[in-house]
Amino acid sequence: MDFGLTSEQQMLVDSIRAFVEQELKPYEDEVERTNQVRPELIQQIHAAAIKTGFYAANMPEELGGGGLDHIALTLMERELGRTSFALQYAVARPSNILRACQGEQIERYLLPAIRGERVECLALTEPNAGSDLRSMQTRAESDGDDFVINGTKHFISYADVADFIVLFAASGAEETGKGTKKKITSFLVDKDTPGLDVHMGPHSVSHRGFHHCELVFTNCRVHKRHVLGEVHRGFDVANQWLGATRLTVAAQCVGRAQRAMEMATQWAATRKQFGQAIGKFQGVSFKLADMATEIEAANLLCLQTAWKTDQGTVADADYAMAKLFATEMLARVTDQTVQIFGGMGLMEEVGVERLWRDARVERIWDGTSEIQRHIISRSLLRPLE
Amino acid sequence: MKVLVAVKRVVDFNVKVRVKADGTGVETANVKMSMNPFDEIGVEEAVRLKEGGKATEVIAVSLGPTQCQETIRTALAMGADRGIHVQTDVELQPLAVAKLLKAVVDKEQPQLCILGKQAIDDDANQTGQMLAALLSWSQATFASKLVINGDGTANVTREVDGGLETIQAKLPLVMTTDLRLNEPRYASLPNIMKAKKKPIEQLTPEALGVDPAPRLKTLKVVEPPKRKAGVKVKSVAELVDKLRNEAKVI
Ligand SMILES: Cc1cc2nc3c(=O)[nH]c(=O)nc-3n(C[C@H](O)[C@H](O)[C@H](O)COP(=O)(O)OP(=O)(O)OC[C@H]3O[C@@H](n4cnc5c(N)ncnc54)[C@H](O)[C@@H]3O)c2cc1C
Repeated sequence: MDFGLTSEQQMLVDSIRAFVEQELKPYEDEVERTNQVRPELIQQIHAAAIKTGFYAANMPEELGGGGLDHIALTLMERELGRTSFALQYAVARPSNILRACQGEQIERYLLPAIRGERVECLALTEPNAGSDLRSMQTRAESDGDDFVINGTKHFISYADVADFIVLFAASGAEETGKGTKKKITSFLVDKDTPGLDVHMGPHSVSHRGFHHCELVFTNCRVHKRHVLGEVHRGFDVANQWLGATRLTVAAQCVGRAQRAMEMATQWAATRKQFGQAIGKFQGVSFKLADMATEIEAANLLCLQTAWKTDQGTVADADYAMAKLFATEMLARVTDQTVQIFGGMGLMEEVGVERLWRDARVERIWDGTSEIQRHIISRSLLRPLE
Repeated sequence: MKVLVAVKRVVDFNVKVRVKADGTGVETANVKMSMNPFDEIGVEEAVRLKEGGKATEVIAVSLGPTQCQETIRTALAMGADRGIHVQTDVELQPLAVAKLLKAVVDKEQPQLCILGKQAIDDDANQTGQMLAALLSWSQATFASKLVINGDGTANVTREVDGGLETIQAKLPLVMTTDLRLNEPRYASLPNIMKAKKKPIEQLTPEALGVDPAPRLKTLKVVEPPKRKAGVKVKSVAELVDKLRNEAKVI
C-alpha cells in the first residue's frame, strides 16, 4: 500500500493550484458581489482551461479529453474546490453521462462538449420528484419518429448557460409485484427546441454566481435519435455514468474545508484576546485538531473511493460514504471556522461566511445525506433479507 | 543552440524551516520540497527561447539524491526536452556543483547555461560565477532580461545596486536569473503527461571524474534570534536623539 502521490500527481496538484490562484481566485470577490460570472469571464476561463489541458480532463484522451484516472481527477476536484464553485465550474468536466452518446450524438453533443463548444446540464429533479426521482411527472410520449414531452423540471443547475439538456422523462409504466413502476427515458434536448421554456430559478444561499433554472416543456418534440441509451432504460444510463459525480462533490468539499482550515488556523494564531493568541486556548486549539482530523479522514475516503473506481471494485455505497462524510465534515469545519473567527466570521468581506453558506447545498444535491445513508444501510441489510 | 538549465531541489518556499534538534542543519524529513524558484525562472526562460526559435534543445540538470529526479520531471513538464541527473548522496557545496556542471557542459556543449542567482536554501550566490570561471566563459549574473543576438552575442540586462545595467556578452555564456526575468508558467496537463516519457540520463560524479567531497564543514546551524520588541518614543525630539546617540545612524 502506498499513500504517497507520484511525482506526476504532485505536479498536477501544484499546477491546478497555480491555475486556481492565477485564473480563478482573483475573480472571487466579483462573483460574490455581483452573483454572476460574466459571459466574457466564462469565455476567458474556458480559454485558459483549454490551453492548459484542464478542460474536460475527465474525458478519455482518444476523444480529446485529459484522460485522467479517478485518483488524478479527485486531486483536481479537491484543488478546484478551494475556489468559488461558480468560477471553477467554467473549467468544465462534461458529465460522464455523455459517454453514452452513440452514432451522430457523438459529433453533435459529446465531442463539442469536450472541445468546449457546447455545454450541457442535467435535468432530473421536479417540484414533486426530488429524492423520489422515479415519481417524476414529466412525460415523453412516442408519436411517430418523435417523442412529445410535457412537464416541468426545477433546480436545474447551469441551464442558463448550457446549450443542451440531458433530460429524464417518464416514457411509460410497468406493473411489478410492488405496484406500478414508471419507465424512464433519457434524451439529449437542444435548449432552443420549440416547446421548451427556461426560467431562472429562485436565489440560492449557496454558490453565488451559479444559478439553477426551471424548465417547462409544452408539447416539446424531440426526435427519437436524441434518446440517450435505450428507450425506457434512462436510469441504467444514469447508474452507469453518474455514480462518480458524488465523488467529485466529496472531493470539492475536502478542498473547501482545507481552505477554511488554513484561514481558521491563521486567525487562531494571530487574533489575541485575554493577552494571548486565541489558539493558545484549548477551546480553540482542540477545534482545530478536530477539523484537521476530519479533513484528513474525508480526504482518505475520497482517494480510496477513487482508487476503487480505477480498480473497477467500487460500489454505490462507497460513493455514498465519501459524499456523506465529506459533505457533513465540510458543514462542521466551516461552522467551526466561523466560530473561531467570532463576529468577524459573519462579515462578507472576511470570506469565511461564504464557505459556510456554500457548504450547505452539498448535503442536499446529488442525493441528500439521508438518501446516502439509505444507500449505505441498504447495502448492509439487503444481503440479510 | 542547446540550453542547459540547472535545477536544484530545495525546501519549498512556503515551508517555515526548522533547525534540526542536533543543530547540524535544517529539517528536511517530511517537508515539501520544490524546485528552487530562481531555477524555475531559468527553465521558463529556456523554454521561451525554444518557443521563440532561438534554442533547439533544453536540458535540465539536477545533482543530488534520487528525489532530484522529481525536480527534473517538473522542468520536463514545463517544457524542457530531456534531463540529466547526477546521482550522489554527498552534501554538495557550490564548488562541487560548479565542477560537476562543468563536466556536464563539456559533454553536452551547450551555448548557454542558465542557473539561478542563488538557491533559496543556502543563498550562496556562487555557483554560476564559479562555473563561468571554470569554463572560461562569459558570465552575466542577476539577469532581468535576455536577448539573443544573431551574431553570437547576447544582451543581458542585470539588476545591480544602482538600477539596471545592460551588457553584451559573447556566447557561450553562463547566465544567472533574477526574480524579474519572467513569470514561470504552471505545467499544462498534456505536458505533465509527456514529462513521464521524456528521458532522464543517469550519471555519477565518478563517471564525470569529479570529486564532490565538501571542502567546508558546517559547525552549527541556529535559528535567527527572535526579534526584540521595539520601544515607543514620546516625541520627534526623542526619536532624533535616539537615532543620533543610541543607534548612531544620523
Ligand atoms: C442549488 C441546487 C442545484 C441543483 N441542481 C440540480 C440539477 O442540476 N439537476 C437536477 O436534476 N437536480 C438538481 N438539484 C436537485 C437536488 O438533487 C434535489 O434538491 C435533491 O435530490 C433533493 O430533492 P428535494 O429538494 O426535492 O428534497 P426532497 O426529496 O423533498 O427531500 C426533503 C427531505 O426529505 C428527506 N427524504 C426524502 N426521502 C427520504 C427517505 N426515503 N428517507 C429519509 N429521508 C428522506 C430528504 O433527505 C430531505 O431531507 C439541485 C438542487 C439544488 C438545491
